[in-house]
Amino acid sequence: MIKFTVNGEAHSVEGDGTLPLLWYLRDVATLTGTKYGCGAGLCGACTVHLDGEAVRSCVTSVAAAEGKAVTTIEGLAENADHPVQKAWAKHQVPQCGYCQPGQIMQAAALLAKNPSPDTDAIDEAMAGNICRCGTYPRIKAALLDLAEPAS
Amino acid sequence: MTDYFDLSRRRFLRTTAVAGAAVFAVPLLGRRAVPGAVASEAAAADSEARLFVALQPDGTVEITCHRSEMGQHARTAVAQIVADELEADWDRITIAQALGDKRYGDQNTDGSRSIRFNLERLRLVGATVRRMLRDAAAERWGVEPGSCRAEQHRVYHDASGRSLDYGELVEAVAGREPPTDVTPKDRKDWRYIGKGKAIVDMDDIVSGKATFAADVRLPGTLVAMIARPPVVLADVASVDDSAAREVSGVVDVIRMPALTENPVMFKPLGGVAVLAEHTWAAQLGRDKLKINWSESPNAGYDSASFRGRLEAACREPGDVHRSKGDVEGALAEAGDERRHAAEYYVPHLAQAPMEPPSATARFENGVMEVWAATQNPQADQSLIAGLLDLPPEKIKVHVTLLGGAFGRKSKPDFSAEAAWLAHKSGRPVRVQWQREDDIRHGFFHTVSAQRLEAALDGDGRLAALRHRSTFPTINATFEAGAEVPGFETDLGLSDAPLAIPHIQAETGRAPAQVRTGWMRSVANIYHVFALQSFLAEMAHKAGRDHRDFLLEAIGPDRVIDFKAEGSKFDNYGADFDEYPFDTGRLKHVLRRATGMAGWGRELPARSGLGLAVHRSFLTYVATVVEVAVAEDGSLRIPGTWVAVDAGTVVNRDSVRNQMEGASVFSLSYALHSAITVKDGAVEQGNFDDYPVARMPEAPAAISVEVVDSDAPPAGVGEPGTPPFAPALCNAIFAATGKRIRELPIGDQLRA
Repeated sequence: MIKFTVNGEAHSVEGDGTLPLLWYLRDVATLTGTKYGCGAGLCGACTVHLDGEAVRSCVTSVAAAEGKAVTTIEGLAENADHPVQKAWAKHQVPQCGYCQPGQIMQAAALLAKNPSPDTDAIDEAMAGNICRCGTYPRIKAALLDLAEPAS
Repeated sequence: MTDYFDLSRRRFLRTTAVAGAAVFAVPLLGRRAVPGAVASEAAAADSEARLFVALQPDGTVEITCHRSEMGQHARTAVAQIVADELEADWDRITIAQALGDKRYGDQNTDGSRSIRFNLERLRLVGATVRRMLRDAAAERWGVEPGSCRAEQHRVYHDASGRSLDYGELVEAVAGREPPTDVTPKDRKDWRYIGKGKAIVDMDDIVSGKATFAADVRLPGTLVAMIARPPVVLADVASVDDSAAREVSGVVDVIRMPALTENPVMFKPLGGVAVLAEHTWAAQLGRDKLKINWSESPNAGYDSASFRGRLEAACREPGDVHRSKGDVEGALAEAGDERRHAAEYYVPHLAQAPMEPPSATARFENGVMEVWAATQNPQADQSLIAGLLDLPPEKIKVHVTLLGGAFGRKSKPDFSAEAAWLAHKSGRPVRVQWQREDDIRHGFFHTVSAQRLEAALDGDGRLAALRHRSTFPTINATFEAGAEVPGFETDLGLSDAPLAIPHIQAETGRAPAQVRTGWMRSVANIYHVFALQSFLAEMAHKAGRDHRDFLLEAIGPDRVIDFKAEGSKFDNYGADFDEYPFDTGRLKHVLRRATGMAGWGRELPARSGLGLAVHRSFLTYVATVVEVAVAEDGSLRIPGTWVAVDAGTVVNRDSVRNQMEGASVFSLSYALHSAITVKDGAVEQGNFDDYPVARMPEAPAAISVEVVDSDAPPAGVGEPGTPPFAPALCNAIFAATGKRIRELPIGDQLRA
């Protein structure tokens, strides 16, 4: 029995511990905000937080989540009012929107560690998240807007 | 949930099914308030078309969007138009997504046509409902309708100071005949159209609640993954599914109907489906199938050697699509001093939308219900009807949000797979394409070779141009063995807007050996890359500034009469009077983009500015790219400037967003992306070997100017794509002297 929490709620999985967390979340827990894009850790659409770290849930087994706290886009903030979510709305970032849960989770993890990222830090942190619609300039603008002035 | 039925053409209805709501089934046509191309184009396809607006008892206005949302913000734009003319409070509207149904008229969300086809008729829909509300209020008050006015969800009678909310008029308005003499607002009175309205799906997207195709969850659904033939038209010769069936969670293994004959149309490719309780089990099971595939006539296709054939065809005379003056004579006479030739190559590409194709189907009581990320739900209907021998009216296609599309999702083979499996298994089935399926089994952007040859006159002006292009045509998808291109020649080949005495456009012939389909801006991708790069080469040959040379070659401000220019150009199906090719507008966007970019300014070593300009989908776009190329050949793009004239625009910010996104889309195929084929099978499979642009490579900023215009609305989703790649390559030449004639750039700058 593998136990972990998802958005603060206790979950347990019996059986195959190699089941990717992505498919547990989408098919078992019915938390479909976390997206499938590549299945190989190449695109970032499936990004969730594992004890606060951004991870690719498509290449993270449920066994690797044992005893940890999983946070998905649905649990990032009550009422979806995380500063990153609000900045996405302010800058009208999304086009199709499919990659954006992953982008938002990646961005939230970045800001939690580094509240005042510059362009290079943003590029580095976000390089693993593909947006085929090409919203990168707006994502960058939103993150620079959120970045606290370095003291 | 509001459910309503269209019972009568020129009537708006209150049905018993809607619990007090008034439902307006407003005919989209039936009056000729809109002259010209939009109405006549629409009339041909949509004589029975209508749209729906429902006024709910609490006054909420529900607007039906009949176009697919794939990131171009169609749902927002449709709402802006209807709500504006209806004088609806933006906070009191909701959007319903239309099922696939021919009563909506054309729903094929491609060709950058949603606003072009619908702005005027959606305005009439909104204005008609507003007028009916006003008249209903006037009747209740016993006053002249003309003394009443509608504003922001209320009707006012100023003389008596009375007013009524739209919600208070639901019953009164039900059953009224729609007037036939409605005039939409004066455009100066627009409050939503033309502004940068926040998109209607924002909250759902950022909260993870938005429903894309793979997010549909019906009770009892099985997930299917399909092993498809690696070579198109191959069949399953034998299959051993014993190991697959042993995977925990696998429920069944089903042979798909084979596809062994051209034309491929939108039909499923065949293969073997593994149905399981959840996605992971389906994938594990699918990977354990042992399949021997039969031979396919396409097994000999090798894209590397095919390139030689394409290039050879471009060195011979081809089928002529435009001919003016005497190109051969002018080229022969010019001599080497004034003549230049170059060849260009662009590989196959995959659309690779972020959500791989997916669809869910359920067959119950003789009705096939499908939930799909489709650009054209009526195509799903007709394809499934043919495959399962069901009447189209028994097939209901729900359109989810599309997680990107770029042309891939206008070919609904994946919907048909889901429908076929649901029909066969008796269970609801969700078909999930893996990324590898998407990259290997797509409808690919075609491969192309081009040869351009031009001559300067004695004063260094462009005098003659011959543009030859050879590529397998999309026509082969629909017509077995087709080798002569169709509409592709209108996309950047026969429409070069050059005021020169001698010009000729030709195509060679080539067979299609993979499935070929549209990708964002289609043939403009390769034609504009070649032509706009080559014109920069000619400017260099002439020792002239590229912008000045190009403005001169485009010539005086005028409307081009393509027939008189020896061209068969069809103007994207639009009327030439309504949508003339106006070189003044073309030159204007070129001047604006170069002006914003500071064209001609001093730049550091190994930095450069490049430009390109093109009209596609009736919209004029100029793009300037600044590039900095390091000694090791890596490049950065500090800035990009785009000027766009799309005529009347509905959502100004979405237009900017599309120009930004199209530039990045173009960057992907400029830098990285290529599909290659060996022994008939695609060699790539995921974002490691089919790379697309990532944030660090993207322009740090993209500045977009949307030209103010009262001209009829033109395309927005695609026209930003073609100019970026040649502008980038022209910038690379300015920075390094290295000319890029083959995409992707890949390692060419490292050599």
